[in-house]
This record gives sequence, C-alpha cells and structure tokens, in this order.
Amino acid sequence: MATYDFVFSGLGLREWCDKDATSGPMTMAELMGKSSANADGSAPAVSLWELPFPSLDALNKACPSFARTRELTKGVEQGFLNVKDSLKIVLDPITQPLSWFLEVALYTFQTTPWWIMIPILLALVYFASKSMKLVGFVAFTLCFLAFIDHYNYAMQTLAIIFVCAFLCVLLGVPIGIAMSRSDTMQRMTIPVLDMLQTLPPFVYLIPLIFLFSVTEPKLYGIAIILYAIVPVIRLTDLGIRLVDKEVIEAADAFGMTKRQKLYGVQIPLALPNIMAGVNQTIMMSLAMVVIASLVSAPGLGVLVLRGIRNLELGVGLIAGLGIVLLAVILDRVTKAALARVNAASAASKN
Amino acid sequence: MDNDIKISIRHLYKIFGSNPAGALEHVLAGMTKDELMDKHRHVLGLQDINVEMRDGNITVIMGLSGSGKSTLIRHLNRLIEPTSGEVIVDGENVLDYDEKRLRRLRREDMSMVFQHFALLPHRTVLENTGMAQSVRGDARADYEQEAQKWLDRVGLGGQGHQYPHQLSGGMQQRVGIARALASNSPIMLMDEAFSALDPLIRTDMQDLLLELQGELQKTVVFISHDLDEALKLADHLVILKDGRVVQQGEPQEILLHPNDPYIVDFISDINRARVLRVRSVMEKTDKTPDAFAGEVAPDDTLESVIALSEGDTALCYRVMRDGAQVGTLDMKKLVRALVPTSAAEDGMRARPT
Repeated sequence: MATYDFVFSGLGLREWCDKDATSGPMTMAELMGKSSANADGSAPAVSLWELPFPSLDALNKACPSFARTRELTKGVEQGFLNVKDSLKIVLDPITQPLSWFLEVALYTFQTTPWWIMIPILLALVYFASKSMKLVGFVAFTLCFLAFIDHYNYAMQTLAIIFVCAFLCVLLGVPIGIAMSRSDTMQRMTIPVLDMLQTLPPFVYLIPLIFLFSVTEPKLYGIAIILYAIVPVIRLTDLGIRLVDKEVIEAADAFGMTKRQKLYGVQIPLALPNIMAGVNQTIMMSLAMVVIASLVSAPGLGVLVLRGIRNLELGVGLIAGLGIVLLAVILDRVTKAALARVNAASAASKN
Repeated sequence: MDNDIKISIRHLYKIFGSNPAGALEHVLAGMTKDELMDKHRHVLGLQDINVEMRDGNITVIMGLSGSGKSTLIRHLNRLIEPTSGEVIVDGENVLDYDEKRLRRLRREDMSMVFQHFALLPHRTVLENTGMAQSVRGDARADYEQEAQKWLDRVGLGGQGHQYPHQLSGGMQQRVGIARALASNSPIMLMDEAFSALDPLIRTDMQDLLLELQGELQKTVVFISHDLDEALKLADHLVILKDGRVVQQGEPQEILLHPNDPYIVDFISDINRARVLRVRSVMEKTDKTPDAFAGEVAPDDTLESVIALSEGDTALCYRVMRDGAQVGTLDMKKLVRALVPTSAAEDGMRARPT
C-alpha cells in the first residue's frame, strides 16, 4: 500500500504499527492522494522516479504508529510551553530592570522639551566628536525631523537605542574579554554568536512573545540586545587577541597581574576595535528597532509598519527616511569618536 | 672576574609539542633533534643547557636564528616553562616559585629589554620608563623623578611627554633600556635588544650599554646573533647551536681556541685585530725585555697596537697594568695571532649544500 511497508513487515513490526495508529489530522499530501485515488479507484503505481525520501511522513504512511513531522514541531512547541512557566520565574525578575530602563528613557526623552533635548544631544555629539561640522549636521537633521513632526517618534527610537546599545556594551565587553582569555570559551561562544547573527530576527521574537507580555518594553529590549550584541563581543575578543604579543610579553616580564594587564594594556590597545564594535552594535540595534515595532516598540518603526499595513506609501517612505537620517547621525558620531580614539592611542603606528 | 655566581642554569631541556614529557625520555635516551622531529613530531628547543652567569658580568648568548637563544632567555623569568631542569637565581630555584613569588622576581629582580622595544604605545615615554614602579603600585609622583633620571641618563631627557611612536627606533630602544634600568633590578635580560637597529645606532647603543655597565655592574644576559656585538660586550660568551651549548667561555679564549667547526665558521669572518686584546696574546713575564718600543695596556686591542707600531713587526712592547709590567708583546707573535683559524675545511661552508 505504501512505499516503505516492507521495512516494517521485514522487521516484524507490523503488529506494533497497527496496534495504536496515530489518527492525527491528514497531511495535505494525503488529502490530495486520497482525492485522486478516489477518482481512479486504484492506488497509484509508484515508479522509482517518484520514490519518496524515507522521511517521517513517508514512513508514517507505511506504519501509522510512526511519528510524523508535525509531531516534531508540536513537540518543540509543547516542550517550550512546559518550561515556559519555570523559565519565566527566572527570566522575569532578571530582565525586569530592562523594562524600567526603557520606560525611564522613553519618558525622559519624550517629556524633556525639545529646546532642552536638542542642545543636550548636540553637546553630547560635540563631546564625542569635537567637531563643529558634525554638530551642525546633527542640529540640521534633528530640526528637520522636528519640522516634519517626526521629532517624537525619532526621540522614542533614540531612547530605545541608547538603552539597548549601552546594555550591549555593558554585557558584551566582559563576554568578549572572557572569550579572549580562554579558547574553550571562544569555541563555545562563537556558535551562539553565529546563530544570533543568522537567525532571522522574527524568529526570536516568537518565543519572546510567549515568555513576556507584548505590552512590556523588555520584550523588544531583549530582542534588540540579542541581535545587536554580537559585533561588540566579537570585536572585543578580536581586539584583545590582536594586541602585540611582545607588548603582552613585556607586561608579563615586568610582573603585571592579570588585572593590571587587562586594564593597563589590553583594553587600551584594543579600544579602537572595541569602538568599531560599538559602532556596529548601534547600527544593528537601529535595524532591529524597526522590526521590533511589530511587538509594540514605539518610534519611527511604528510609522513604517503603518505604511506597510495600510499601504500608506508616503508615511512609510518619510519614516524610512527618518530612520536613515538617524542611522547616518549615529554612524558619523561614533565613527568620529572612534577616529579620536585611534588618534589618541595611535597604536603601533610608527 | 671571579664574582659570585648569580644565575645558574642546570640541565635545562625544553621540548615543544603535545607530549613534552614523553619526548624528553627519548631525548635522554640519546635521540637527536632531527630524529625527534621525524619520529615524534616534537621540536627539541633546548638540550641539556648548563650555564653559569656571574654577578656583574655581561653574559652573551649567541647563536643563529632557531638556535634557541630567545627561548633560553625566557626561561630565566619563566615566560616559558622548561620541560625539565633548574634555573637557580641567588641560590633559589625559580621553577619552584609560586605565582606570587614569581611575580616578585619579575618586578624586583629582573627587567627585560625586547628586540622590538615592546613599549606601551598609549603611554608617554616617561610613563613607559616608570612602568616597573607603576606595576609595583607606586604613585606617579613617586616614580616620576626616578624615571626622569634614567631618561636623562640615556639621553632622552626632553622627550618624556612624547609617545613612543613619535620617536625613532634607536630612541625607542633607549626608552626600553631606561625602563629596564629604572626598575633597579640587579639582573637585566636583553633579548636581541639591538638587532632591530641600524649599524651606526647599534654601535652607539653598545657603547651606551658598556658605559652604563661600567657604572652599575648589573648582571646582564644579552642575546645576539651578531658575533662582533657578542665579542664586544661579552665577559662570558655562550654559543648555542640547535639548542645545544657548543662552546662557552671567555670570548678571547673562544676566538683563539674554537672547538667546533661551527664556531670556526663564525669567527673566520671577523676582524681579529679589533677583537683580540693584548692580554690574550702577550707573554706573561715580569722580566723587562732588553729593548722595547713602548708600553701598552693589557686591554688594548691588537689593532691599536698595530697602529702604534706603524706596521713594524720587529718591535716589542711592555704590557703594563697599574704601572707594573705584566708581560711583553712581540709584534711577530701578534701577527701570528691574526692568522685566521684555518677556515673550516670540515666546517659548514666547505660542505656542499
């Protein structure tokens, strides 16, 4: 009847197969097959060309007791739902501060009047870059966004990015340092980083939605941090590993402790790389903040989403332009800060 | 010349590979470096090294690249752990030290100068010079004066505020030396310290080192691949080849009596007149010669005596130390000493390669 009948008959499992057949819902293929079989009145002959791969579904056809693929996905889901509650007990308190940070930041950025907020931001830009040209550019961009009534959305986006990028650095740099110190740690961490970087961002929104309520800011906070933390970890690790071996040897030869070596030699010399990682992290959190608007992250992403949902072309495009402008600002400012760090340390350029 | 022994290396072996202890047994059983590489994929870095370094002397360890000299010097402060053997400094075996004691050794008893300077690029020259003290935990105000003193001493008094990359290579290595001196440690390890400098500056630095050494009497371990440099600096010369000590002793002695074709190859190229000194070729006697053309000091080079005699080989000189005669020097004997050691018919260069 089915292609792989002989396997189970041959193994003498026929009885087990028919004993408690899983009578789950039919697969689409089965349904199709059934309708065509009904039309002909006979089972279709299977040629070698159409030999199905012995997959779960194909084997199930021969032996109804055999699990089907849908049971695998269902099992994963069930497994997650089972641990969900206990996971939540642990994760909820740990991540709660993230919600507070985001709420405070959003509140601060939105309630501070624009005529205080914009000068503060400009002062920050000047502090980071020491370049009046850049300050002028940022001032122009912010005023433009405010002029077209996107100021509030832009501030929400900025608030989220500030909090998330800050936390990324706070967590990512120590992880990177740990990786640079131990090869085992590096071997274990790199697959996780690869996964975080390649997993489509939507995919890790799904379990997060199950874990936390959609109204909590930490939901999108976690999503952004998971997505954006990777570069700062990688580049911290790389930066420390790239520090001149002879300089490290000198530090050892003069009897530095591990801590002295870390703060006195490795981090200062890795700083240009770490800063490059921070730049990447900020850019990636900006990318993610748009996707995170699917799970109630406020900001320009909401407008983009509205543009897509209601096919409001203009709204979507203008909001998109706003995001681009923010991206350019953040990129230029962090790059300028990076250039200053590079000039100051002027590492091994002689 | 008979100072106390400061550092003594005994039966030191170093094998690189996945199972050094296992490979050591093969080596002790008589396996050679090449066999060990072929059969067990382990590199024999150092093989039964026995060297004694005296207090206040410059010991030069010389060998070509790959001879294990940089590996050897790193055993003294345990930047590299040996496979077996002992390194005894001031009567204590360094290899028995725990981490804390080892750190004290590195902070207080030994300082190191590196081939590529290894200065901290993000700190000023002055801060680099005070590195040893700042590592010990001294406040900047406490070590600044000391660091400045040593910077002045190496001729970089005005450069304290600059960053290393703003200095030339020679100046950077001066900072490296000032850094090592400022630590006030009795032992100085110099790993090819002058090899990255160009020849003129190198001579300059050698003179600086000899001048400082005359003043400070540190125990210096100097690594070099340059025989001229080694002969100029060494009180005690150790020649390494393939991880073994081929010959060690007073440089003049090695020059006059090389015991290995490898060394003959090495010394056949050098200017013997510049390196050999009167004391090595003179005849030791306190009998005043019948006729002498003048007086020379035992540490004069033969080159200077030849210049003095204007090439006349019939002359004879009195060798005087502190106003008393210690020997006589016949110019004929001097010329004989200049004949190159019959250059290695069985040496490496004679061999077809």
